[in-house]
Amino acid sequence: MTMFPKAAALLGAALSFTLPAAAQPAWQPTRPVEFVVTSGAGGGTDLFARTVQAAITRHNLVPTSIVVTNKGAGSGAEGFVYGRGAQGDPHKVIFGTNNEWLLPLVARVAWKPLDLTPVTAMAFDEFMLWVKGDSPYRTGADLIAAAKERPGAIRMGGSQTRDTDQTLTLLIQRATGVRFNYIPFRGGGEVGVQLAGGHIDADVNNPSESVGGWRGGQVRPVCVFRREALPAGPRVTEAQSWSDIPTCASQGIPIEEFRMPRTIFLPPAVPPGAQAFWAEVMRKVSETPEWADYIQRTSQSPALLSPDEMRALMVTEERSARELYGPEGWLVN
Amino acid sequence: MLSNLDALMHGFSVALTLHHIVLMIAGVLLGILVGVLPGLGAPNGVTLLLPLTFSMDPVSAIILLTSLYWGALFGGSTTSILFNIPGEPSSVATTFDGYPMARQGRASEALTYAFISAGIGALVGIVVITLLSSAVASFALRFGPPEYFAVYFLAFASFIAFGGGAPLKTIVSLCLGFGFGMMGMDTVSGSMRLTFDIPELIRGISFLVVVIGLFGLGELLLTIEEGPEFKGASGRLDPRGMLRALASLPRYWVAVLRGSAVGVWMGITPGGPTAASFMSYGLARRMSRNGARFGRGEPEGVIAPETADHSAGTSAMLPMLSLGIPGSATSAVMLGGLMIWGLNPGPMLFIEQRDFVWGMIASMYLGNVIGVILALATVPLFAAMLSVSFSIIGPVIVTVCLVGAYTVAGAPFDLWLAVVFGAAGYLMKKLDYPLAPLVLAMVIGDKAEDAFRQSMLMSNGSLGVLWSNPLVGALSTLAALFLLWPVASAVLGWHRTSKAMRMARAEPGS
Repeated sequence: MTMFPKAAALLGAALSFTLPAAAQPAWQPTRPVEFVVTSGAGGGTDLFARTVQAAITRHNLVPTSIVVTNKGAGSGAEGFVYGRGAQGDPHKVIFGTNNEWLLPLVARVAWKPLDLTPVTAMAFDEFMLWVKGDSPYRTGADLIAAAKERPGAIRMGGSQTRDTDQTLTLLIQRATGVRFNYIPFRGGGEVGVQLAGGHIDADVNNPSESVGGWRGGQVRPVCVFRREALPAGPRVTEAQSWSDIPTCASQGIPIEEFRMPRTIFLPPAVPPGAQAFWAEVMRKVSETPEWADYIQRTSQSPALLSPDEMRALMVTEERSARELYGPEGWLVN
Repeated sequence: MLSNLDALMHGFSVALTLHHIVLMIAGVLLGILVGVLPGLGAPNGVTLLLPLTFSMDPVSAIILLTSLYWGALFGGSTTSILFNIPGEPSSVATTFDGYPMARQGRASEALTYAFISAGIGALVGIVVITLLSSAVASFALRFGPPEYFAVYFLAFASFIAFGGGAPLKTIVSLCLGFGFGMMGMDTVSGSMRLTFDIPELIRGISFLVVVIGLFGLGELLLTIEEGPEFKGASGRLDPRGMLRALASLPRYWVAVLRGSAVGVWMGITPGGPTAASFMSYGLARRMSRNGARFGRGEPEGVIAPETADHSAGTSAMLPMLSLGIPGSATSAVMLGGLMIWGLNPGPMLFIEQRDFVWGMIASMYLGNVIGVILALATVPLFAAMLSVSFSIIGPVIVTVCLVGAYTVAGAPFDLWLAVVFGAAGYLMKKLDYPLAPLVLAMVIGDKAEDAFRQSMLMSNGSLGVLWSNPLVGALSTLAALFLLWPVASAVLGWHRTSKAMRMARAEPGS
């Protein structure tokens, strides 16, 4: 198996010599590519990968065909273990979030964060504090005050345990000294519906997970965990757009920023040319109208990290996560 | 309600174009194909087709994908009846009586019952969507963790209590199912359970692989032992059987109605088609006059799960569109499709995307009619497969089973699992352990567990949360009554029950 990509790399190198247009990268896929999605079908990472697939297919950015497979079991562990096992195979591209480096801290899994080859992070998904449409809580301070009054009685919903939602809940508790009753569900969509039904009091869904409910008046964003309000855009409801939602820091929850990168990895020990090839493909994807549309529709912040920047992000995030999780007894590694 | 009918007419004007009808036929045919192959089910089929729809307009795209779904639901019943291999999780309950019918040489009849009642169930589901689209959405919102748990509990209670196997063996089978179902990552605690540090077990054990082993391979081993002939399966192309089934179907109107009601309820609440078909089968077994004949080739045992399966499949589209709750794996994939086509599921979809929503609903009427016709048209083809000699069809079934097991996740490990479960299925049948409770526990056991633990987190450990409002209270009480029913009936008329149970137990392969 490992022979084949090497031969392909040589062939690619030979081609780039013969062709005067030296824009050709040193490595090209020679057989169908597998996009490994570390979430179930319909999840956030699934939408991310399928948007990239759609953009690549429509603009012919990759010479071979692309198959998307969902390996989302165990909060994505299935996909990362699979990627870890495909050592040296640059025809497998793994799509994830920061779960690639956070999951190994809290669960016994068979990979280390820096095992996989980072390619890029293409967007940051924002987090917002949501309440039910007719909830009495108008500001973040209202919710915190209620939680102070009745410690442990306010139900905060989130997807999965010890994942981003619970991490953010933990950060809010640390920053304000309150205690919530955290209830884990399977995914953000489910959490949003539970909030709309009034079975939980608040959640920290991403904008795209609850936009439908906001437009229907079932749920309402209170604030966004961001340094400044979201950039101006079209109206979402009749009266408001995303940019009208204040930051949480201005609302009595002193958390400057919390967001989740949309990340892309290759298996360990792939040729450097392959890493460069996929980084270049993703750069082109980030310039397509399909990508712009996706970013706008899901209210994420676009980004394009180089492999080195991404590695640095992984290292700093892992360090701060260790500090946060340690006292909670979450760390297993 | 009238405005809904207006909207539906508008929908028909959107859906009824030559282009869309061709898409429906293509979708249904492809669906029947993926439905017939075990492992390659509706979710896989929809996933494979999804990239093709990126360049279509959303209405055409959803018509193609939903038609494939209907086709797969029909196709999934075919292999359940002919080979005891459920092509889809939701057709497991169809095997209980469908396969015995096929072995008695009534394959054409069983398939006809299955398809027609499925078609009726689907239509009931769509009519409900049409009439109640606005009201039902807000009803589904009332389902929190306690309500979910109560619905799953009800499904367990109605099936297990009325199942008719030896109670202790049923409990053993159930517990095995819970055990297999809990492998992998636990949602509530976030830790890995029963994975023994084997990477392949992170995914847990796929329910489909287990079913392929228990039912497909296990049954094959039994058949080989009992003599390499399909018992009495003449397998002739039999139009008279089809006509006979058509003529006697009206007699089973109660089963059809009950199945549709269970299906619509489970589709909207949303318990999902698989739970619906099990529950409907269990209810029919208890409430029908022919209950004692269930498991030995009783048409009502085919009709009950099939109607519920399809009415749940269609009515599950409503919570998907109006709330973004996918009721099944297939609708979860479609939900992803909606987002890519630029649509946000939610109550506003019904107001802002009328063409899409009502075009889709209108296409569901037509797609299911086309589904019934195409499925019936392929009955002779599939029934003819039964007349092929066992020495040919046996290896083909093994191949199809193993290919199916592999396709579920593309993992070689699953092949070994399927083989191990094949041997287990053979042993369990020999020792008279019922397989159905194991399967049911695997399918909804982990969801029920999640819902229960979420409820307990919400109530700080008080069981009172299961009676905290009239809705959940009614569900829990009904479930508790179902669970106590066998005890009560044993006290009231123990000889009648035990006779029925002896008969059920004496019958192999039930």
